[in-house]
Amino acid sequence: MTAIIDYGVGNLFSLVSSFEKIGEKAVITADPAVLEQAERIILPGVGAFKDAADKLNASGLVPALFAQIEKGKPVMGICLGMQLLFDKSFEYGEHDGLGLISGEIRPIADRVSDLKIPHMGWNALTFEHGKHPLFNYINEGDCVYFVHSFCAVNCETDRIAWSEYGADITAAVAKGNVMGCQFHPEKSGDVGLAILRAFCEMKEGSTC
Amino acid sequence: MITKRIIPCLDVRDGQVVKGVNFGGLRQVASPVELAEYYSRCGADELVFYDITASSDGRKLFTDILRETAKNVFIPLTVGGGINTVDDFDRVLKCGADKVSVNSGAIRNPALIGEAAKLYGDQCAVLSVDVKRVDGELRVYAKGGRENTGLDAIEWIKRGVDSGAGEIVLNSIDTDGVKGGFDLPMLEAVCNVVSVPVIASGGAGNIADFITLFKTLPKVDAGLAASIFHFGEVEIADLKQEMKKNGIPARV
Repeated sequence: MTAIIDYGVGNLFSLVSSFEKIGEKAVITADPAVLEQAERIILPGVGAFKDAADKLNASGLVPALFAQIEKGKPVMGICLGMQLLFDKSFEYGEHDGLGLISGEIRPIADRVSDLKIPHMGWNALTFEHGKHPLFNYINEGDCVYFVHSFCAVNCETDRIAWSEYGADITAAVAKGNVMGCQFHPEKSGDVGLAILRAFCEMKEGSTC
Repeated sequence: MITKRIIPCLDVRDGQVVKGVNFGGLRQVASPVELAEYYSRCGADELVFYDITASSDGRKLFTDILRETAKNVFIPLTVGGGINTVDDFDRVLKCGADKVSVNSGAIRNPALIGEAAKLYGDQCAVLSVDVKRVDGELRVYAKGGRENTGLDAIEWIKRGVDSGAGEIVLNSIDTDGVKGGFDLPMLEAVCNVVSVPVIASGGAGNIADFITLFKTLPKVDAGLAASIFHFGEVEIADLKQEMKKNGIPARV
């Protein structure tokens, strides 16, 4: 069973449906006991960083999430959920993230001058540091669906994929059992479902 | 590099696609869920469901269908038609829509786009505009293209983007249904004044029209069409291959 953390941010309908589609049970939860029972955990998120970080902290779930990560349980942040894994974000101010992945979140506009913001649409993945197990069922060059105006920088060590949008935009990161996708696997067709499937095959304590 | 999006649009009334779709001349399919799955398999980058239902019973059917589609199709879904309030946004977003397109609703209440963008994010609020030339001026039309609002299209679109529209669907009434190609001068005029994605709609008759669109106007992000996809006059897989051959970034 996959636990999808519910901290009042965004619409989780498609995310739950995408797990159902690949035959995995997904439960939307704000209960630490369910996180404990889950085989893996998704940290979703859309909207503004500060608002989401405040809500996540207010949910009281952060200690439970850290306890599960400590045990080696696979955890994946999606979109803003990925950004929350980082040290900090400079989206309208300076705000602390969970500090699980080194690096920070900066405006795409700082790196790209003549392209449209948000970076919205289908873009191809380039793998980094070899092919991460998350990508077991997809190929380099496959496209995934992005919608974001801020991006992760200074995270080269943990970056496992990027996409070209006037600059190399961080698409996915991984540090041990903690992973994150800037794109939306639940909106990325068969490629996205294949990434979720690979994530569901990871076992506690066995990820790279 | 970000790819150019190809978007089929389905008109839905009382839970059925208005004009059934011919699959290789074999059978007529009117189930929006089945069609959405078909287009997703063919390589559509996004789908638009346009609700042309008049009754509230039909609205309920529409959201049921939307929910069923979102359970089975994992590409972005945009919903338009009958969006007049923030509650309408809420109603379709809860059923799996990713973006909501507003047309007449924004003309009746110009604050709607801004309110929705604030609540759900700019990327979620799409301003759809029907535009026609009147004495050489670009004018906004309402009520499915039947009523001239007198609004200047460029000013209207700029205002929409300023208040938070994250994307523009520009439908040229002058080229719509003619199948003689997209309205390039009109699209260029809009692309020159906005910094958000622009989706071209109205006029596509064949694959070459899409190639001309993206070659001539690199600022256009997507091409939308209905009947040419539904009647199999243009197969999305062929279109994507041809785009690629012509050096236009496409997801194949």
